[in-house]
Amino acid sequence: MKLIKDGKRIDGREFDELRPIKIEAGVLKRADGSCYVEWGKNKVIAAVYGPRECLPKHTQDSYKAKLTYRYNMAPFSVDDRKRPGPDRRSVEISKVSREAFERVLFLEYFPRTAINVFVEVLQADAGTRCAALTAASVALADAGIPMRDLIVACAAGKVEDEMVLDLCQEEDNYGQGDLPVAISPRTGQIHLMQLDGIFSEEEFKKALDFAVKGCLQVHELQKKALKEKYENIGEVYGNE
Amino acid sequence: MVKFMEMSDIVWEVKKDSIKHLIQSGKRSDGRDLEEYRKIEFMEEYVPKAEGSCLVKLGSTQVLVGVKMNVGEPYPDSPDKGNLSTSCELVPLASPDFSFGPPDEESIEIARVVDRGLRESKMIDFEKLCIKEGEEVWTVMVDIHVLDHDGNLIDAASIAAVKALLNARMPKYEDGKVVYKEKAEKLPVSEKPVSSSFAKINGMNILDPALEEEKVMDSKFTIVTIGSGDICAIQKAGSGSYKREEIEKMIDTAIKKGKEIRKMF
Repeated sequence: MKLIKDGKRIDGREFDELRPIKIEAGVLKRADGSCYVEWGKNKVIAAVYGPRECLPKHTQDSYKAKLTYRYNMAPFSVDDRKRPGPDRRSVEISKVSREAFERVLFLEYFPRTAINVFVEVLQADAGTRCAALTAASVALADAGIPMRDLIVACAAGKVEDEMVLDLCQEEDNYGQGDLPVAISPRTGQIHLMQLDGIFSEEEFKKALDFAVKGCLQVHELQKKALKEKYENIGEVYGNE
Repeated sequence: MVKFMEMSDIVWEVKKDSIKHLIQSGKRSDGRDLEEYRKIEFMEEYVPKAEGSCLVKLGSTQVLVGVKMNVGEPYPDSPDKGNLSTSCELVPLASPDFSFGPPDEESIEIARVVDRGLRESKMIDFEKLCIKEGEEVWTVMVDIHVLDHDGNLIDAASIAAVKALLNARMPKYEDGKVVYKEKAEKLPVSEKPVSSSFAKINGMNILDPALEEEKVMDSKFTIVTIGSGDICAIQKAGSGSYKREEIEKMIDTAIKKGKEIRKMF
């Protein structure tokens, strides 16, 4: 399969171009915070509950809130139906995603409580862990959980020996490698990194440049989504 | 009852400051350099009934990997290729912290990171593991059995898995049956991926953390390198975070150390 033609990618994008991204905060009524992200053909929804009572009680931490993160793919989100429930891939993604947030949230403000993040992938098209993290971050802010920064994630990859930003499904399936990265934009610290595929040191550096630049663009959309929600709330109160 | 701290954790908590201070001054409690592996010992073909096996001792960490093979259907998206599956069991014999039951987060992560290194390095020639396109292919099953957990299970498991695959011999396949008693030719493997894990403690990244160092680390960074000096897998684990320069420095070290370890294979 030819993934690059006349200097353009299979879906017509430039090498350093993101797919179209839409972020909306506060989309669920019952959750304390929520966010919907459309990222290319990806559709993910994140909900945050807490800080709330941590059950069962023996899992409580007397010094800080217990953070959980569940990344879950809907059975119909992919071409071949995925068996419902966690598989090994989603357990791993949930673990590294939770760890990406642990130092960003002020968990020490809420000892003995739980903060639960749930992300459902409704439709998957490569880059779901990044879309999920980006959504979870906005949902945490929407829930009013004190944070040092908004975490934002984006992947870069290697396709036909070229470094490209934000792989689509075909590039993920038939490309040479993938580098998902999550950063804290305020400090530039890297909170999540995984890599698969063969990269030289130079290629890695270029891919990381791309991923970080992608993150910063997505971060602007995160801020916009949060501002939009709270601007509207201001209007509602103003009319009363 | 609310859990405060278990007795076993208190010991680590007491040791925490001394380990951190040592590392701050460029030393480690076992006298190693910050970028030095513990002594590595191999016992190849430890389980002769397995197609391939290796027991690795990395300091006092012991990991046994066995390779078994059987014949099955290929995946629809790779009809002419064999399969690889990697699993990891943290058996309760290996540590007071392990209990029996379904694989937890930690063992799944170990298996997946080791798998990523084996798979992405392209060390196994999967096309040679096809018996009949679309119908019959070999599946290579790598099972990681941790026997003694004294830190850095990923590197120990990865070394053991690569060694076990390098010495693996395929069983005979006759009239639709796998004959395990007779071993035929060697498994088609070429590349030798090497995994290098660093623990971040007090802002320093130290290679091959022992358990007491893992207990006080902020986070861990694993890099798998191959013979050409390229990278084929990365995993960041734990709650800490990294500056870009730190990651580039660890990659340099991993490439250098990978060359040394590869000579031992």
